[in-house]
Amino acid sequence: MQRLLLILPALLAWLAITWFAGIRAGLLLLLGLGFGAALSSARFGFATGWRKLVTERDPWGMAGQMLLLSLSALLAFPLLVHASEEMAGALAPITWGLMLGALVFGFTMQLADGCGSGTLYKAGASSPTSWAVLPAFIVGSFFGASHLPAWTELGGPLNVIDHAQPNEPVNLIAQLGLVPALLITIGLCLLIAFVSIAVSAHHHKSRGRSLPPIPKRWLWGAVAIALVYAAHLVVAGQPWGIVYGLGLWGAKIASALGVDLSQDAFWGAAPHAERLLEPVLWDVTSVTNIGLLYGALIADRWNLKSPQKPRWPAASALLISIAAGLIMGYSSRLAFGCNVGGYLGGIASASLHGWVWFACAFLGSIVGVRARAKAGIA
Amino acid sequence: MSRGVIIFWLLAVACIALDLQHSPYGYRVEPPALALGSGEAASGAHCSGR
Repeated sequence: MQRLLLILPALLAWLAITWFAGIRAGLLLLLGLGFGAALSSARFGFATGWRKLVTERDPWGMAGQMLLLSLSALLAFPLLVHASEEMAGALAPITWGLMLGALVFGFTMQLADGCGSGTLYKAGASSPTSWAVLPAFIVGSFFGASHLPAWTELGGPLNVIDHAQPNEPVNLIAQLGLVPALLITIGLCLLIAFVSIAVSAHHHKSRGRSLPPIPKRWLWGAVAIALVYAAHLVVAGQPWGIVYGLGLWGAKIASALGVDLSQDAFWGAAPHAERLLEPVLWDVTSVTNIGLLYGALIADRWNLKSPQKPRWPAASALLISIAAGLIMGYSSRLAFGCNVGGYLGGIASASLHGWVWFACAFLGSIVGVRARAKAGIA
Repeated sequence: MSRGVIIFWLLAVACIALDLQHSPYGYRVEPPALALGSGEAASGAHCSGR
């Protein structure tokens, strides 16, 4: 009976969104529910996977992410090539803003106890920390998007190497062709997974232990998310994203409070100005975000053995997480997206910026896990 | 369901309802159900800055 009560609001929301915003929006809500259910059931945390690799030399979270990236690229690359008129990848230039943004995002996501998808699915699954982080993330995303054009104009390392180099995305498919781009992407994923496993195995062996077995949740979680990711591309014509919707919610709140965004470099320009005026249910990212939140709640309650009361962390840890959420929101816009839009979306769109995002964010995360321990965040 | 979860979702639904009520758009030309095979370009508005 309780499970039926959980499903019923999802069905009603699907009907209402299909009625108000159309069949595509209804399908996107269902896909959002799928993302939330998969992330929550598999506890597929990007921040957690990296943290466990750094602190415990547990490589399976990173390996699971590499499986997700490989499968997503395998499914998405042919779609992006053969339906290029209808499908647009997450292509972005390699800018200083991207590098700084990803570095800071990697650092702060360890303090905020979740990345972009992690914050959303944990908020859906009723984590008090993520409830507090989410509004700060929204505010940060709004300001970050507003400043994105200025950060992008600063250029990037490719402009230093070659002044004539335009500030444009590096698309591996356009540069190398479909098959070489796919082989390089999957090869890099295999290499990172292999190095993570080898380094961890060596660490455990030197302490007389063996590597813990791979939890199956990383495997089926990666497969499930990759399948929903490909379905999202087919339905929306663009990759799965999170922070655009959060920034849009912030912009809508600012507008409602009387802030004039018509002259804003980002929110005053197409297509963002239109999104600001349209109902939020017409926006792709917003609808999948809403679905993700509720999908995570369904999965959390479905899998719960016994009822648990949400536990609030200590006030100091909570304040640090909120501040981290604010910075995380801002930096994710500089970096052309969070772990979903920038890292997964970028790499699964054959955009070189996705790999730069990964390298910078992982560096930031290494420092972030140490700061997290010092801040007393459990 | 804890009180926090109920408050969270009531707030979310209220925000969506307010947004719908205050939107200047009453209708739209509905996009095809699937982008694939529609012949229409993606609408944009993604984290990548498009």
